[in-house]
Amino acid sequence: MADVRGAPSTAAQPGAPGKKALPATLTTRARPIALAWACAAVILLWSGLDLAVAAGGAAAPDAIDAAIARYHEMLDEGNPAELDEQRGEQLWKTAAGPAHATLERCDLGRGPGVVKGAYAELPRLFADTGRVQDLESRLITCLTTLQGIPESEVVAKPFSTDSARSDIEALVAYVAGQSRGVTMQVPLHDAKEKEAYALGERLFFYRAGPYDFSCASCHSSSGSRIRLQDLPNLATTAGAQRAYTSWPAYRVSQGLFRSFQWRLNDCFRQQRFPEPVYASDATIALTMFIAANANGARYNGPGIKR
Amino acid sequence: MVGGVLAPTALYAADPALDARFKQLLQHDFRARGGAGMDRLEQDSVQKICTDTRDRPQPAQREDLQKEQQALIRWPADGQFLGDWRAGEKVAQDGRGMTWADLPGAAGGGGCYGCHQISPQEIAFGTIGPSLLQLGRKRGNSLQMQRYVYGHIYNAKAYNVCSYMPRFGLSHALSEQQIKDLVALLLDPDSPVNR
Repeated sequence: MADVRGAPSTAAQPGAPGKKALPATLTTRARPIALAWACAAVILLWSGLDLAVAAGGAAAPDAIDAAIARYHEMLDEGNPAELDEQRGEQLWKTAAGPAHATLERCDLGRGPGVVKGAYAELPRLFADTGRVQDLESRLITCLTTLQGIPESEVVAKPFSTDSARSDIEALVAYVAGQSRGVTMQVPLHDAKEKEAYALGERLFFYRAGPYDFSCASCHSSSGSRIRLQDLPNLATTAGAQRAYTSWPAYRVSQGLFRSFQWRLNDCFRQQRFPEPVYASDATIALTMFIAANANGARYNGPGIKR
Repeated sequence: MVGGVLAPTALYAADPALDARFKQLLQHDFRARGGAGMDRLEQDSVQKICTDTRDRPQPAQREDLQKEQQALIRWPADGQFLGDWRAGEKVAQDGRGMTWADLPGAAGGGGCYGCHQISPQEIAFGTIGPSLLQLGRKRGNSLQMQRYVYGHIYNAKAYNVCSYMPRFGLSHALSEQQIKDLVALLLDPDSPVNR
């Protein structure tokens, strides 16, 4: 982005530190760690599978499952998302933008400045905008209203790439991390919240495109995989709980931290749909459907994924 | 949310206002990118009925739609169904094609391993579809079987109208030759699938 604040138009703001304020170690450390994890995890997974194949000709399903489970255990032992959480916290607390303000008065639903537990109650209806908002659309609200950054600039490149890290994704890491251990309690009280859920449900089951896929094509049966990747059954409470409480997440195969909006975007890409607009009502509705289905579970993210 | 499985909510039932709002969402909140145009969000008869019934159409609807889909299969002009299984393995491995990031018109693959077990040496296979290992051994390599497999890859909806499997021929995701190569991968006695 990458960054909302590092773009040329705002870089000249006096006192706007942007990325420069970050300790160099945060960005330079991330790559080698990511690579090490990716290599180690892949070697472990494949050696497990090779053993499984050697033992039984074609790989026995149980042996494959065991190898995949070991791989997930290993991933859970350390999560480079911590670096993104730290960067996000720094961005949150550093004055930036034309208004030269921090985000510390941003209202994520529990009152201005309250970050703890906020993610476990999103999406929700916000009185000031009159919209149901997920974390990322709410961050857009705060970046534009508190810091005065034009919305077009905020949403220009919301997802990290190899060459540029997204500030929004770092902020997502920080805010989500502040809900670790908190019980998911997404509100479905207001008519607009209920409408968002119902629209999200429709979108989840909507089959279209050259491949006839809906979200449900891959995510409404239990115990299925695409290649070696487990697919959560998002049409069950248990499946939605396990999946949603582990996002956003660090993606080992990409060496990047990924937000939930990114997750939806990349699913729609593989669904062969046109591209969903970032933080649009459609994406928020779908998030609402999955997040509310996860209610009652302990939020456990940011997670770490293949 | 009863018994762990989410029941359709009352809100999902017929609701013209919600229908209108949903249509609006599709139109406003997606945008064409690369080869993925907005026309992809318009449903054909199969997509619409499978969506509306959550993949459980009435038997009569199912019959009618499957007949309609059967008529859309373009069979090879030369009457041959069996291509080269080695080329078929490549098509089965290749999952690219038709996303907004793919070059429009560029040759892609079937991504078959995403959902099916096929050749025994490939252990990274998905499980959404049935295992196809030993398919030719189990079901034979008759002309009738070749035709069935060709038709199934060309248009799976002609056989099971709400199948999760894409209609690879109808959507032009795969060429006639690519489908023939896949038929060979699955049925040729020399293919690793059947050895």
